Amino acid sequence: MKKSIGAIAAAAAIAVSLSACGGSAPASTEAKGEINYWLWDANQLPAYQQCATDFTKANPDIKVKITQRGWDDYWTTLTNGFVAGTAPDVFTDHLAKYPEFASKKQLLSLDDAVKNDKLDLNIYNKGLADLWVAEDGKRYGLPKDWDTVAMFYNKKLITDAGYTEEQLKNLDWNPSDGGSYEKAIAHLTVDKNGKRGDESGFDKNKVAVYGLGLEDGSAGMGQTQWSFLTATTGWTHTDKNPWGKEFKYDDPKFQETIAWWAGLVEKGYMPKLETTVGTEIQDSFGAGKAAINTSGSWMIGQYTSYKGVETGIAPTPKGPNGKRASMFNGLADSIWAGTKNPAASVKWVEYLASAKCQDVVASKGVVFPAITTSSEKAAEAFKAKGTDVSAFTTHVKDGTTFLFPIADKAAKVEGIMKPAMDAVLSGKKPASSLTEANNQVNALFK
Amino acid sequence: MTTLTKQQQDPAARVRRPKAAKPDRKSFIHRSGDLKVALFFIFPAMIGFVAFYLVPTIRGVYLSFTEYSILGDPTWIGIKNYTAMLGDELFWNAMAVTVQYVGLNIGFQTVIALGLALLMHRVAKSTFIRGALLLPFLVANVIVALLWFWMLDYQLGIVNEIISWMGLPRIAFFGSEQWAIPTIAAVNVWRHMGYTALLIFAGLQSIPNHVYEVASLDGSSPTRTFWSITMPLLRPVMVLVLVVTVIGSFQVFDTVAVTTAGGPINASRVIQMYIYQKAFGESDFGYASALSVILFVILALVAFVQMKFLKGNESDLD
Repeated sequence: MKKSIGAIAAAAAIAVSLSACGGSAPASTEAKGEINYWLWDANQLPAYQQCATDFTKANPDIKVKITQRGWDDYWTTLTNGFVAGTAPDVFTDHLAKYPEFASKKQLLSLDDAVKNDKLDLNIYNKGLADLWVAEDGKRYGLPKDWDTVAMFYNKKLITDAGYTEEQLKNLDWNPSDGGSYEKAIAHLTVDKNGKRGDESGFDKNKVAVYGLGLEDGSAGMGQTQWSFLTATTGWTHTDKNPWGKEFKYDDPKFQETIAWWAGLVEKGYMPKLETTVGTEIQDSFGAGKAAINTSGSWMIGQYTSYKGVETGIAPTPKGPNGKRASMFNGLADSIWAGTKNPAASVKWVEYLASAKCQDVVASKGVVFPAITTSSEKAAEAFKAKGTDVSAFTTHVKDGTTFLFPIADKAAKVEGIMKPAMDAVLSGKKPASSLTEANNQVNALFK
Repeated sequence: MTTLTKQQQDPAARVRRPKAAKPDRKSFIHRSGDLKVALFFIFPAMIGFVAFYLVPTIRGVYLSFTEYSILGDPTWIGIKNYTAMLGDELFWNAMAVTVQYVGLNIGFQTVIALGLALLMHRVAKSTFIRGALLLPFLVANVIVALLWFWMLDYQLGIVNEIISWMGLPRIAFFGSEQWAIPTIAAVNVWRHMGYTALLIFAGLQSIPNHVYEVASLDGSSPTRTFWSITMPLLRPVMVLVLVVTVIGSFQVFDTVAVTTAGGPINASRVIQMYIYQKAFGESDFGYASALSVILFVILALVAFVQMKFLKGNESDLD
């Protein structure tokens, strides 16, 4: 009861501040009515539908209408909605997107809700809640889930090559010769005549199975492609995180890693960039055309669903610093500043961020919820389905995560880095050409 | 024939015509009754024109002088967007890619469509076959693009399965820099050739049969008849077809957007894709507007040049 009074007070405060800055929408101060909620992952829809049903049961005055839109259309539709006044009250938000929304005053600050409802932000996995405090010091989202990166491998192809799963879980890597990581990738590559990548007579132009799959040119983040390698060399994307003002794509440590990575294509251990347009990396894996794919925990369901392919998951290799590394990305739910129903929206966001809802999400075994206890439950749910997800959770346990680089102008940075990385990966330009791209990126911040 | 051509080349004859057609003041007042009726009929179309063409165009021109991220208000920055464009390699690359696309697309499309139109005119008189030629055009652009995207897929596409079955190396139709634009151009040729052929076919039907009869009486060979009678008499229709298809071709977007999205590297980043990327991807609506204004000017010039030099508003049949 105390909590709901707090929520109303918070909502009232928000409503007042909204109308103070000339808000056109007559904001309701009562927590009732219908609110619209958007998310992009269809796999998570059933879990959140369940949350919405439970929420309405507890708050009969509030109805939640959930809309799922694919990632490709999600952000343009959302931006258009902001302008047209048709955006959802509450939506799943991404770290690469929210800085711009916040700086354009499209998001409702949640500081009052946190204060008035005495929300405990320590229930979430370390660092997740802080990601959603923008440059202006205000909080624009409450954590919903997190993800890390690992290697998915085809068990049969591994065994055929004489590797044990144990070996695969203990690989190491360095940028000069690639370490045992490259050795494994080379040995797992097989050409049409059955010759392996590390044997003499291997024909790199007629590869039947690649040691390592390739998703795309990766652009500037490299979340699932190389960020787990560069981080072990001590390299970081920006001068500071969050809110870096200078990118470091000119650093030799970075360019060395990219040169090594692009070299895998030249050696025939990884598919050419041009062949990755169309068929998705996971489907090539499902078709048995790659032995290892590096990908994120949000893909667990997909990778373990291929018929006839037994998939194992191993943690990413240890790097020059002797440790593993993984980017730590976290999603949150944000409220649109133009909502006509801030009180109900705040309540719904608080519910989404509570153990009640996150336990429901955990039980479905699709993603790792942000709350520590819930994400442990999710790991159990995955286990019950027969999937060992320790390769993902080990990063959180051992503290080997680093935060997703949050910076302003993310879309423009990607616009510059995508063609630049494509050119390096397709062998058109050397890795040193990324220095020029880096100059262009940093010019954006001047 | 000869007299017709002579009259055509007489500049005086052409200059006089528009003058005679110009209404003087008196007749204008006299006809003001008609004007009211005319306005009444034009009005609905006018609303559409003003709301969906005129106002957005003026606003677009205004925005091209601003920095505008759609959220928030535009800030006036003068001609900065235009000067930035001069040094923008991606813009020049986009123009080059677009011209390459238009060249391939229009070249093949017009020749193939002309061939199809002649066949429809002379050989394939069945309505069924004529209708079937139009079928690709009836399928939505995006569907056509995705259909070919999957058929030409490097790893799983049926075309590459056939190529590899014949013992040839697979081709990354949408994935390689050399192939991306030719492939996209070919897909759109496939979709539009039937429709273009239909337009040309209509032009062919308007050529009176007696001209051909005279030609055959004079012993003209089919090739000679085609170059000396069909082509010159078809010119006004061909000009119209070219103007419309070239403008349409410059605006290629959907096929690129759902397949390569501008890649690999910058190989298929056509100008419309670049405008879309700047506006909706990077929220730089001011710069995107400036790009659109330049595209508008280029298209107007292209249409003007085509009309002027191909004399599209005159027919040799007069």
